[in-house]
Amino acid sequence: MAGNIKLEVVTPEKSVVSEEAKIVVAPGSLGEFGVLIGHTPFLSTLKVGSLRYMDANNVERYVFISGGFAEALPGKVTVLAESAERRRDIDLERAKSAVERAQKRLADISKKEDFDFIRARAALERALHRLKLAGTRA
Amino acid sequence: MATLKDVKTKIGAVKKTKQITKAMGMVATSKLRGAQQNMDGFRPYAAKFAEVLGSLAEKAGEDASPLLVPREEVKKINIVLCTSDRGLCGGFNVNLITTAVKMIKERSDQELDISFTNFGKKGRDWCRKNKKQIDSENLGIVGAKFGFNVAMTAGQKLVDGFLDETYDEVYVIFSEFVSRARQIATVKQILPIPPIETAEEEEDTDKPYQAEHICEPSANELLGDLLPRHVYVQIYSALLETSTSEHAARMAAMDNATTACDDMISSLTLAYNKARQAAITAELMDIVGGAEALRG
Repeated sequence: MAGNIKLEVVTPEKSVVSEEAKIVVAPGSLGEFGVLIGHTPFLSTLKVGSLRYMDANNVERYVFISGGFAEALPGKVTVLAESAERRRDIDLERAKSAVERAQKRLADISKKEDFDFIRARAALERALHRLKLAGTRA
Repeated sequence: MATLKDVKTKIGAVKKTKQITKAMGMVATSKLRGAQQNMDGFRPYAAKFAEVLGSLAEKAGEDASPLLVPREEVKKINIVLCTSDRGLCGGFNVNLITTAVKMIKERSDQELDISFTNFGKKGRDWCRKNKKQIDSENLGIVGAKFGFNVAMTAGQKLVDGFLDETYDEVYVIFSEFVSRARQIATVKQILPIPPIETAEEEEDTDKPYQAEHICEPSANELLGDLLPRHVYVQIYSALLETSTSEHAARMAAMDNATTACDDMISSLTLAYNKARQAAITAELMDIVGGAEALRG
């Protein structure tokens, strides 16, 4: 179907993306899903990962997303995330040090059900995803 | 009467005080701008979140999540008290603390176990002084730059505490930012989550299509995921409001202080000039008197 869909990615701190897209592909918690214009109203939680979309000039763009959900309406996709950044804005150094920090913490904690353990593992997952996405930068 | 030198020293002192209050007022003004920007940045997220939550709550049953269910017997409550870290902001912290005191008093007949989650040094100091139980304290956040993760960490503790029945109810006391001249100390219940207002009926362009959402996972599961986040959003918004209010309150307080300094300087200058004039007159009288005596 012709036409662009409006994409908005917002975090509590700021709006990260607000532009027209041809297609949006988001990492839903039950699997990746793509949204074109005219999509039926749809609501899904998202897992940590990357959202990609084709902008109005046919350039593919990537956004890192963690802890959020998405609402798709016929003319608009809204992504609410705890943190989100565009691929070009990812801070490589910070992500690298986050990986090291998380790995160190994981090695220190023995109990697997520990709250800190779960947090460290989540932090590690986020950092690794950031690194992976940043690694695809041209 | 004060001597000339005394008055002069005093004028100097007040002038220096005025410099300081003026500078603090200017700092508060610029920080207020930053805080208001943070609030504006949060607004789109909060609005969308409320909208989605509202439309979900409509569909999901009341028993969708334990976070929605009020306890039959309320014994232990937690108060999240947001205050500033620093003083010199007029009645700002006093207002917040009085609100807490009032709330405790109103419910004193229920024999509650009250504990506090403190944001801000002033509230914490008050809790310490009055031997209140402090479950966690967070300094250096209100009035400074902070991220959503601060609210998440605190919120997670509260949600966990509510689920394992450490708390039966959780309230937040914060300063609502109405305008630069008006901030209101407000109490808000955050757990159990009060009934959610359903989405308003004035949606825009998508309205003709607005059908039921397809949910993935199910609506109830989605709600279960969203509700704790709702708590974090509430806390984050309370912290943002309190920060903004703090700067606004300080700005007003410093403005008043600067005006008071001006008044004081002008009345002191008047006293100084009077005293100087009196001294000159007395001296002249002396000279005239001396000349008269010599001539005689």
